[in-house]
Amino acid sequence: MNSQKPVRSAIPYSRGNVKPLLNEIIHALDRLLDDDEPTAIDLASLPFAPGELEELERALGHGELKAELDALGKSVIRETAYPGVWWLEHRNTAGEIVGRYIEITRTPEILMSQDADIGAGRARLRDSFDNSGPEFNKEAGK
Amino acid sequence: MKTIPTLGDILQAQGVSRRGFMKYCAATASLLALPPAMVPRIANALEQARRPSVIWLSFQECTGCTESLTRSSSPTLEGLIFDSISLDYHHTLQAASGDAAEAARHAAMEENMGQYLVLVDGSIPMGNPGFSTIAGISNYDMLMETVEGAAAVVAIGSCAAFGGIPGANPNPTGAVSVQDLVKDKPVVNVPGCPPIPMVITAVLAQFLTFGQLPELDIHGRPMAFFGQTIHDRCYRRPFYEQGKFAETFDDEGARKGWCLFKLGCKGPITYNACATVKWNAGTSFPIESGHPCLGCSEPGFWDKGGFYAPLSTGKFDSGEKLAGAAVAGVALGAAAAVAGRRRQAKYTKEA
Repeated sequence: MNSQKPVRSAIPYSRGNVKPLLNEIIHALDRLLDDDEPTAIDLASLPFAPGELEELERALGHGELKAELDALGKSVIRETAYPGVWWLEHRNTAGEIVGRYIEITRTPEILMSQDADIGAGRARLRDSFDNSGPEFNKEAGK
Repeated sequence: MKTIPTLGDILQAQGVSRRGFMKYCAATASLLALPPAMVPRIANALEQARRPSVIWLSFQECTGCTESLTRSSSPTLEGLIFDSISLDYHHTLQAASGDAAEAARHAAMEENMGQYLVLVDGSIPMGNPGFSTIAGISNYDMLMETVEGAAAVVAIGSCAAFGGIPGANPNPTGAVSVQDLVKDKPVVNVPGCPPIPMVITAVLAQFLTFGQLPELDIHGRPMAFFGQTIHDRCYRRPFYEQGKFAETFDDEGARKGWCLFKLGCKGPITYNACATVKWNAGTSFPIESGHPCLGCSEPGFWDKGGFYAPLSTGKFDSGEKLAGAAVAGVALGAAAAVAGRRRQAKYTKEA
């Protein structure tokens, strides 16, 4: 027998932590629709039994939209099967999870282009344009 | 005094986007156990934050605390060292040694007088200075000299916080904790054997973000991580309430993941964040792996009887209330845990 093989518990999945969370999400959707108030839930702060996080992920399912972010490590931002309920997973440069969140919002803030980045990008584009010869201008004009 | 760049300056120079920065802030909020709604405030604070100089002193220790820190996943150690703090002295990690290392420590102290943080792992021997020295300097002398100009001191691990293994009976070196010696500076205790790496980095992140130390409990531990017992946040707690216990490590109860109270679990009287923050990048924690909590973040945990003796038979309480709750498995559990905690506080006073 391979002693390095990870031990998996034979414990049945649900300990009852998923259902209250789904209820919390329903209330958050109420707030989003009625008062335009978004909610974010940090999953690291909840005591899940083994398998419950996966159970929650299965319960929420996958929706139409999935985005990947590459900034200080990979992140996945995915709409669940319930519009307005987003599953966010952030990893560091070593690929380790550094944060897992459920956001109940129309669009997670991190997906939007940020003013600071837009400004820096505009400056970069101007620089390239101004410092390039006719060939660049020709390319850009295509 | 040298000009220290802000974290915002550093990240901008490294080409980190605003999205990347927001992600960093979200991870920091999670690390500090703050709600995600605090992320914008953290972003504003961190952008203006200047890297604090950190001097790490290692005394009577096993290097387990440094090993723990190097496994911190959020932020990574290298991120922490290069972006968030200026780790100016750590004799296990630094390349310099001997006089050059000591010169680096003195330079960091002079350049950051009154503003640097001192992190200590290991206890300090008071029996004979020769028990533990660095570059010919006794642990006591090095500690007292270094903390003189510090903004605050963070005692990392149970040895630095409470004396730990070196201080266990019969304490042959006369080991004492940092708080036994440092009386005129704020001391934050981050106990554990070892401490959870995220908790170590969280204290640094809190100082960096808000320029202040976290709220502490009666043992000087950050409330955000030591405000609740392992038992309070344990996913096996429902079994405790139902009176379902593992009696041995291979019985039906153990296989079904029932409560480990009768196998000596110290969760009801141990304040720590293992049940939520977990270990190895959030993989699991001892109870999830089928082993009772040893209570390693509590003062004097080595001298409190057997690790596998139930609380009801150990030195923690008279036993009657705890045993009653365990055997009957009724709601008395909460009251018994409170009784255990009261005894714990008494033990600490006596120690």
